[in-house]
Amino acid sequence: MTRSRVAAALLFALLGTAAVLFGDRPTGDNGDAPQIAADIADPVARGAYLALAANCRGCHTARAGVAYAGGRAIPTPFGTFYAPNITPDDDTGIGRWDADDFWRALHEGRGDGGEPLYPVFPYTHYTKLTRRDADAMFAYLRSLPAERRENRGHALRFPYDQRWMLAGWRALFFTPGVYAADADRGAQWNRGAYLVQGLGHCGACHEARNALGAIRSREHPAGGIVLDWYAPALDVAREAGLHDWTHEQAVALLRDGQANGASTLGPMAEVVHDSLQHLEAEDLDAMVTYLQALPARDPAPSPPAPATDATIAASRERGGVLYRDHCADCHGRRAEGRSPAAPALAGNRALTMDSAVNPIRAILYGGFAPGTHAVPEPFGMPPFSAELDDQQIADILNWLRRDSAAAVVRDYDVRRQRTGPLW
Amino acid sequence: MKAALRLLAAVVLTAACAPARAELDTMAQRMRACETCHGDRGRATPDGYFPRIAGKPAGYLYAQLLHFRSGRRQHAQMAYLLDRQTPAYLMRMATYFATLDLPYPAPPVPQASPAVLARGAALVRDGDPGRRLPACTDCHGAALTGLQPAVPGLLGLPQDYLAAQLGAWRSGTRKAREPDCMATIARQLDAGDIEAISAWLAAQPLPRDAHAPAGEVHGTLHCGSLEPTR
Ligand code: HEC
Ligand code: HEC
Ligand code: HEC
Ligand code: HEC
Ligand code: HEC
Repeated sequence: MTRSRVAAALLFALLGTAAVLFGDRPTGDNGDAPQIAADIADPVARGAYLALAANCRGCHTARAGVAYAGGRAIPTPFGTFYAPNITPDDDTGIGRWDADDFWRALHEGRGDGGEPLYPVFPYTHYTKLTRRDADAMFAYLRSLPAERRENRGHALRFPYDQRWMLAGWRALFFTPGVYAADADRGAQWNRGAYLVQGLGHCGACHEARNALGAIRSREHPAGGIVLDWYAPALDVAREAGLHDWTHEQAVALLRDGQANGASTLGPMAEVVHDSLQHLEAEDLDAMVTYLQALPARDPAPSPPAPATDATIAASRERGGVLYRDHCADCHGRRAEGRSPAAPALAGNRALTMDSAVNPIRAILYGGFAPGTHAVPEPFGMPPFSAELDDQQIADILNWLRRDSAAAVVRDYDVRRQRTGPLW
Repeated sequence: MKAALRLLAAVVLTAACAPARAELDTMAQRMRACETCHGDRGRATPDGYFPRIAGKPAGYLYAQLLHFRSGRRQHAQMAYLLDRQTPAYLMRMATYFATLDLPYPAPPVPQASPAVLARGAALVRDGDPGRRLPACTDCHGAALTGLQPAVPGLLGLPQDYLAAQLGAWRSGTRKAREPDCMATIARQLDAGDIEAISAWLAAQPLPRDAHAPAGEVHGTLHCGSLEPTR
């Protein structure tokens, strides 16, 4: 057992104590907050739309599996979760559930036996949904064909496999509560907040998590590591903040997957493809209104690399040569981009933000922007995992990041990204 | 004057950029992401592992792209590249590569013994009626260049790739649409057969006309892949 695991086990034991001391907060909340999201009268159609905005299907569907019948593996630092079957099958799905059971799952994060659910199911966000919206989603899920598919148990490391310990975690990190509209803000802002904080569960990826998987929004300067990718902070301009963008550019990024020289990658490309591109224009407008009004933060960047360091200078120099040989053809000699075939890398915040995880993954595995209504035939970035070694990729990034204060990239930063799921 | 100069510069720049833009806005440029592995315009040579995709029947290629996404075929990087694209775009990719008419290089010199090659040749051309193994030429065409629109040719592919595909069908990690005739066939092959067949196929030069003709498959085995895609 490594030291960090011992520490984790101890922490979990402590959390168990916390559960006893503070208890797992019950809730009398019945979710009758004002109704905010898209107005569709038919509950089933409305539920279908809400489930799309919440991307329930993304997690609850295996590759090529029946929609909502579960089975998708969700890798996390705690082990692999397998999302359960939520089609109305009596024995393997939620066929025997009633609307109250469903509400309890979404709002309180509890299964039908009252057991606490793991927060990888983002009930920490869905708790903000109104009862009316939860009921509509339930009506929609009930309308699906029942699919018999046994759930697969999660494969978690000790001590995370001890479900009872979640009580302690919840006592410390989770308070159920329907979104309460801010009377000082307009309807559009409130609708955006409901979508971003609740349905869209953007924070589930975009806010930094502590070692126990809890979101620690205010304490941490940046975004979260999710599925091996780095989800940049939504309230920091040089990360994923949309503050300096026009409203239209920001809407286009969320809906089309690319805009203003930026393009969505990895898990975010999936969010756009599976969910955001299908949202109604008013809902996208509302989200952008809310995102652009987030109080902007400017966490102190990490100290710039000492310019005099000879090894870094040498790395950048090698990187410049490698760049011309492998990348300039598409991205331009000065990394200025060659529209429409490849985006600019010079000045691109995906390159200059402190975390180098995403550009490392883009170079290793390549990838296409998501195919959306507006961009049905995107261009692709070739994978370089076989052609370039760890040091070479680090060199290229150090060259591309030479004018920014971003941290120096080392070969082991690249090596760390060579294993694990691709997404 | 300054403004005029700027205007002139803008005009010159636009003129310089316009053709470049059109030149880049092509399927060839979009598909460069595939070339790292599949070679220049998809014509991977038989000395690695990557299969050539240039010139294969469009229906076959399209089905494979769908299979990587659905897990009928397994290759994480292929799936990652294709996962979030529309079926219409996948079809465009398939037809783009299918219509490329590029020369094939000479096959590599075979490493296998003449006896192994002879066994391979016999299995490919005649099958083995004793164990009801059909000849590969029944479906892949007399010249082994495939049949439009859904049967791929078997020449110009790396030996390792061919062996891996037959092995994958046998072990169930590659699947075609049901009924999966290739799975039935692969399950009747043992390791020695697979080695012999792939060694012989990889050593054959392409005939002068390497195109897949339109035609009917022979024999009694039924293939789901040959039914029109839903
Ligand atoms: C990030 C992935 C993810 C998303 C998104 C997600 N879920 Fe889940 N869900 C899970 C996982 C994993 C579990 C299992 C949790 C556990 O075992 O404690 C789960 C559990 C559940 C359960 C409890 C099922 C049972 O048998 O106990 C329900 C109901 C549910 N989810 C519904 C939904 C709905 C509705 C949505 C969309 C509003 C949704 N989920 C979105 C991953 C997800
Ligand atoms: C499953 C995890 C996940 C969820 C859920 C998620 N994101 Fe992201 N997001 C990411 C990752 C990872 C990136 C970084 C990769 C990239 O730039 O696309 C990202 C990037 C972004 C960016 C910056 C894109 C760029 O290129 O500048 C924005 C803006 C963004 N997300 C907004 C949102 C919003 C709004 C939501 C909720 C509707 C959301 N995200 C939900 C993972 C997620
Ligand atoms: C065949 C053309 C091509 C080549 C060669 C190429 N790229 Fe790219 N690259 C692209 C395209 C197209 C995208 C946009 C992909 C997307 O939208 O997801 C991209 C995206 C990227 C991104 C992500 C940028 C962002 O905004 O998120 C990085 C980083 C990157 N390339 C680096 C490189 C490096 C380094 C090299 C050389 C080793 C290279 N590229 C070579 C076409 C290319
Ligand atoms: C990282 C390397 C890599 C990249 C990049 C890549 N492929 Fe592949 N591709 C493979 C491998 C390896 C196989 C064979 C997989 C197997 O063993 O089944 C394959 C198989 C295929 C096949 C099936 C060929 C056959 O004869 O059955 C098609 C079609 C294909 N790829 C198309 C594409 C397209 C289109 C792209 C670009 C969008 C692409 N590939 C990019 C590695 C790659
Ligand atoms: C009954 C018809 C039939 C016969 C006989 C047949 N095949 Fe096939 N084969 C197919 C079809 C159809 C496909 C395409 C499968 C798909 O859609 O995935 C195929 C695909 C293949 C592939 C995949 C090629 C690639 O590029 O990945 C290989 C290899 C192959 N066959 C080898 C053989 C060999 C060797 C034999 C003889 C022992 C044989 N086949 C006999 C119908 C047949």
